[in-house]
Order: sequence, then C-alpha cells, then structure tokens
Amino acid sequence: MKKYELNLTVRSVERLHERYVLIKLTDDQPLPQMLPGQFVEVRVDGSPTTFLRRPISINFVDKEQNELWLLVATVGDGTRQLAKLQTGDELNGVLPLGNGFSLTAPCHSPLLVGGGVGVAPLLYLGKWYKDNGIDVTFLLGARTKGDLLLMDEFRKYGRVMVTTEDGSDGEKGFVTNHSVLQQERFDLIQCCGPTPMMKAVARYAHEKCIACEVSLENLMACGLGACLCCVEKVKSIGDEAVAEAPATNVCVCKEGPVFNINRLLWQN
Amino acid sequence: MAKLDVQIKDLRLKNPVMTASGTFGYGLEFQDFVPLEEIGGIIVKGTTLYPREGNDYPRMAETPMGMLNCVGLQNKGVDYFCQHIYPQLKDIDTNWIVNVSGSSPEDYAECAARIDALEQVPAIELNISCPNVKDGGMAFGTTCAGAESVVKAVRQRYHKTLIVKLSPNVTNIADIARAVEAAGADCVSLINTLMGMAVDIEKRKKVLSIGTGGLSGPCVKPVALRMVYQVAHAVRIPVIGLGGITTAKDALEFLMCGATAIEIGTANFLDPAVTLKVRNGINDWLDSHGVADVNDIIGAIE
Repeated sequence: MKKYELNLTVRSVERLHERYVLIKLTDDQPLPQMLPGQFVEVRVDGSPTTFLRRPISINFVDKEQNELWLLVATVGDGTRQLAKLQTGDELNGVLPLGNGFSLTAPCHSPLLVGGGVGVAPLLYLGKWYKDNGIDVTFLLGARTKGDLLLMDEFRKYGRVMVTTEDGSDGEKGFVTNHSVLQQERFDLIQCCGPTPMMKAVARYAHEKCIACEVSLENLMACGLGACLCCVEKVKSIGDEAVAEAPATNVCVCKEGPVFNINRLLWQN
Repeated sequence: MAKLDVQIKDLRLKNPVMTASGTFGYGLEFQDFVPLEEIGGIIVKGTTLYPREGNDYPRMAETPMGMLNCVGLQNKGVDYFCQHIYPQLKDIDTNWIVNVSGSSPEDYAECAARIDALEQVPAIELNISCPNVKDGGMAFGTTCAGAESVVKAVRQRYHKTLIVKLSPNVTNIADIARAVEAAGADCVSLINTLMGMAVDIEKRKKVLSIGTGGLSGPCVKPVALRMVYQVAHAVRIPVIGLGGITTAKDALEFLMCGATAIEIGTANFLDPAVTLKVRNGINDWLDSHGVADVNDIIGAIE
C-alpha cells in the first residue's frame, strides 16, 4: 500500500477521560485507503523532550466524513502535547503503516478482545465485520467503569461484553475470566492491549485451538522498517537466510504490528 | 539551478546528499516519499560476511534532540544482499554504496570482495566504528593500528572507491584519519554515533538491552562539525560529513567545514522526504547567494 506524509487538519479533540483523548482528523483530499490494525506515525510539535514521531493506531475511518480518528492515551510529554491540539490545528502524519488484522480468514464468529487504549483498532475492525455481514463480539477490559472507552461506538457494530478489575461494570476480573469464553465457541480471536493481557488471551486461544492475532506495540523510531529498533523475535520458518536459526528478529512496524500468535515465541 | 555534482575518487555524485547507513534501509522503504534517483548516494544497511541477528530488544531510547540505538548490525549477510536485494536496486539511477562490517580483517576483506563484483555498486563504506557489537566494529576504529589493519586487508581485495567510516569515540580523530589515508582509503566519512547510555529510574535498570548504545540526531551535530573540520584539515582525501544533519543549513555548515558530501541519518526517521528537501535547500541557498557551483563552498571556512 502506498504511504503518504500528510498535513492533516484537526476537526475535533474530545477528552473521553482524564487519560484519553479522541482526535478526529481530516484532509482537503480524500484520505488514503487504510486497513484495520494499521497505524500512523504522528509528528509532535512543541514538545522539546519529544524527538521521534509517535505511532498511534488507527481507531476509525469515517469515509463519508473523510475523517481519521486517533485514540490517544496521554502517557508522556509527547502524547500530552497531542492532547492539547485544537480544532483547525495541523497534525503531520505518515500513513498508513504496517500490516493490520487478517480480513480474509473465513470466520463466522470473531471475538475482538481489547484492553485499555488497546481497544482503539478494534472499532474500525468491528465496522469491517459488520460491513461484510459477519456478527462480531467485542470483549473489552478496563480497570474501572470510567476507563471503558467509546462504548456507544462499539455497540453500533456488534455485541459488547465487558470486564472491569473492580467490578464497577460488566463482569469482575480480567478479559480472560469472562464467562462468554466458557459458554461460547469463537473461531477467531483478534486482540490488542497490554502485553500481559495479550499473552493471557494467546494462551487461552492456544489451549482452545482458536486462531489468534495480537497487535504489538514495541518501541519504534522510523515506522518504516529502516531503523530495526522495534524488533520482535519470531519463528524463522521460510526465511532461507536464517533457516538454521530457531528465531529471527523482524520489525514490528513493517511485518506487524499484527502477528498470528503461532509466529511468536510466547509459548516458549 | 546551481551545479551540484561532486567527485569522490571515481565516484560521481549528482548532488552531495547521501543517506547514512542503517537509517534508510535499502532505499526501497522510502520510495513512496522520495524519488531515489534524486539522491546523490544511498548507503545501505551495514552488511557482514555472515548473517547477524543483532542485539535483543530494547534497542532504542529517545533522548533530547536525538536517540540512542544498539541494533548491533542485524542483517542477512552479504550473499543474501547480492542475490536478493541488489537485483531490486541495480536499475535505480543513484549511487548504491554498501556499508561493510566484520569481526576480523579477513571477514571485512571477503565481504568487500563479494561486493566488488557488483557492477552497480561503485563504492563501499567500511564501518570500523559500530559501537554496538562486541567483536570487531569500533574495536578496529579506535586505534591507528586497528584501523590500518582492516583498511589494508580490504584494499587488497577491493578495487573501487573505498570510504572508511570513522568513530568519534577516540582521543584524536585526525590521527585515525591519517592512518586510514596512509593504508589506502579513498575517502573518510564521519562521524558514526557517540557511545551513550540511558537509565530507567523506576525499574532501576539500563534501558538498552546491552546497556550502551550509539547517540545520533541533532544533539551530536556540533561535535560532528568540529571533527569534520579537524579531519578535513588533516588529510588530503575527500571527507564525507554526517552527524545530526536535518536541514539544508546543517548540510551547508558541513560543506563549508570541508566535507565534499554529506549523509543524512536519523532525520530520515522524522521526515521521510528530508533528503530531497535538503538537496533542494542547498540549491536554493547557492542560487540566492550567486554561487554557481557547490564545489565553490566546500572548505570555504579556513
């Protein structure tokens, strides 16, 4: 897919929570095609301690409104600066980057599992399923009720199950404790969230022999597969240069960020 | 339009803007942003005789106006480059230059000899300055004798333009440059990264997997500029300047300090089209100052 560097225009910035903002962007031209699970490298202006671009996953693309949504967790100086953007401001982004979630796997009952700000790419993915006539279930986890993001949006595209660690909404516990996992059979799990959560979900999927994809967020610099900083060790099947090595380093930004768990070394 | 082409031994660059090894992949990663033909030379990722997995993650730490990396020369080896990557590059009209690294003078020489056979690679850049590998790399570039041993071994097996990339992690970089020149180098490029460290106070641990890494970005530019000036006055062979170049103004500073060409590195991560902007900016400055030929400003600062 062709990549672009664009000066996008901020249409709105909505604070969803003390730690999260939803930035809606647009452009004079029709936005490029983007796929669920891909990301944008945004330039952060006006933060002296922020040198590199910040990779932000694509939360949603509204074709009719020509809008790109980014859900940003304010975790450091760079993301705090992004949260200060105002309507009409410019935001420079390099997009679309990486390989997103599989959209071709023949599946009837996909389960999309998200935690914290990791729910972001699942909204656009859920829309793809609805557009293609597939019933989707979202299983979303958060620390507390207030941390659950964009719930009304998720409900537009599928059934929504919730867990909170304090029991303030949905079932109490982690996503892997939710009763739906015992009661129903899913044939594909696609997951994004904190690494311990994704590892627990991957373990569950592995035990139940359910195909599973996870979206990694290793620390990145270029986002283009040039600097080789964001590497993840994967099984080196089919790579003739390293055929003798049990594992090889690949760039999460270019080969991922979405990986099938069978390729990762998480079970080892 | 000013005359922008410069000459480094047998290497003719259509403009003095090159890309630094390890920051521009194999060029192809940037094709959507820059017509590669517009770049004077593209120095591809550090290549070794045998495949290398590089260091463990984490390999990167952001710093004020820069970054540390400890990638550790991850690459699939010279044969993979010759068979699988070179065919994708050879018909693109720029100067393809391979950055060569190794763990012994023999490794360097064998790797260089295999690249010598590639028609569309007119030069190599010998990396005797990588701070992120235990064996070889910077170990050769920090003593005159070590640098000399590698350059001599490679010179016997490599017949095209030989550029040697110097480490700034030395007491006197001009001494190393002179030793490299005497051993048969056609050109020196500098600086490679400055060795640094980052700490996570919450975890009370080093951030990078091997503890240390190489510092690059605008924060190193004044150090690089000083060293380029010193080396340009110490050797007769051409000098390629790099270290924190982000704008045409930065590039012009290096040229005026005596660099015949410049490399853009970390800035490619911030703006994937920066190479083209720097080339255009150099041209605009020359035009607006009535300078007809970029060679007229090279070494303009006494």
